[in-house]
Amino acid sequence: MKKNWWKALGVIILTYVIFRGLLGVVPRQPILNESIRNVYFHVPLWFSMIALLLTSAIYSIRYLRNGRLGDDLVAVEFANTAILFGLLGCLTGSIWANFTWGEPWPNDPKLNSVAIGMLMYMAYLVLRGSFDDEQRRGRISAVYNIFAFAVFIPLIFIIPRLTDSLHPGNGGNPAFGKYDMDNRMRMVFYPAIIGFILLGVWITELRVRFRRLKVALDD
Amino acid sequence: MAESVRQLSALMRKEFLLEWRQRYALNGMLLYMVGAVFVCYLSFNARRGQLTPIVWNTLFWIILLFTAINAIAKSFVQERAGRQLYYYTLASPQQIILSKILYNTALMLVLAFLGFSVYAFVLGNPVNDVPLYLLTLVLGAIGFASSLTLVSGIASKAENPATLMAVLSFPVILPLLLMLLKVSKNALDGLDRSVSWSEIGTVLAIDAIVLTLSWLLFPFLWRS
Repeated sequence: MKKNWWKALGVIILTYVIFRGLLGVVPRQPILNESIRNVYFHVPLWFSMIALLLTSAIYSIRYLRNGRLGDDLVAVEFANTAILFGLLGCLTGSIWANFTWGEPWPNDPKLNSVAIGMLMYMAYLVLRGSFDDEQRRGRISAVYNIFAFAVFIPLIFIIPRLTDSLHPGNGGNPAFGKYDMDNRMRMVFYPAIIGFILLGVWITELRVRFRRLKVALDD
Repeated sequence: MAESVRQLSALMRKEFLLEWRQRYALNGMLLYMVGAVFVCYLSFNARRGQLTPIVWNTLFWIILLFTAINAIAKSFVQERAGRQLYYYTLASPQQIILSKILYNTALMLVLAFLGFSVYAFVLGNPVNDVPLYLLTLVLGAIGFASSLTLVSGIASKAENPATLMAVLSFPVILPLLLMLLKVSKNALDGLDRSVSWSEIGTVLAIDAIVLTLSWLLFPFLWRS
């Protein structure tokens, strides 16, 4: 129990977020209406995706420094979970966009940036698939992972802010929290970020353990 | 310092000599560029000045992108592994990647300027602010060369370098390409230059990130 308290914390937070998110009181904004509840799910998914990708890049750097195959395994599993969260983020975003902006995939720089980012990480997985030797695969894909992360950050944070975007906080729009969220919503929104990050770490941990067992069984 | 500059210039000289001795590869690339421009010209079946500026600009950058990927993809595959090992005993990996990037930048500059002149010649030249457009070509050449050189190093280690080169480089190059398209569109419309400074700054920043990363990461790449 001592080691697993964070899993319990994650479950409790996410249960709280789901209940408060679906049933809690939200301010009634024009256009947004009830769809403002999506801010508890859509936004934290993206935040946790970025956190997971950052962790993946850090593990890749560690792998390059010490050459332990375990670190490479952790890096790829963090990237896998991040891709899953990214796809879920796209899905929740599409639902939201369908009701507020009128179409599921508006031509918005932030959406396109994220699609490019997803392509980048899928290319990372393709690259991994094309090597047989473990050390070689680890080193080369770690190099690409770090490179991809460094390109991904300006892609998702800087470019949408320079161009016109529908997203709040971009292209001169005010950030979402400034006008639309009240303090009751913040009580759910901030825990939701932590909860989704914990969930992502948990999924990754399970996958890493599964992979380690598989490696041990193969040997 | 003087020693490393000397080594760098020796490596650069080697790259140029190698290219000069395999002139068919260089000629092939030049012909690829001209051929692509001509295919586009005939496919659009456009008389001069009929393409809208946006189409004109985008088409040119896409041709340049494909030429760049083709030209730079071969920077690590044209020499045999044994010979590369020999270079690594002579110079540090940083110098090798730097010399390759510098060489590829020069190559891209030649290709970009040639491509621009041929393109403007057959499809008409609607550019209002030519110096700024040429500046975006220079920035684009540096950015394409530095990001694609590292990617070609990565791809050359894998089983099928050609496909992997395209798959790995498209997403990586896109942020740069989008910014370049924006600046060159401003140049095309002849907007006041103050409009473009922030984008030029972003392009320079992306170039700097990519160059630093190539410098830092390449030593890990060559060892495998």
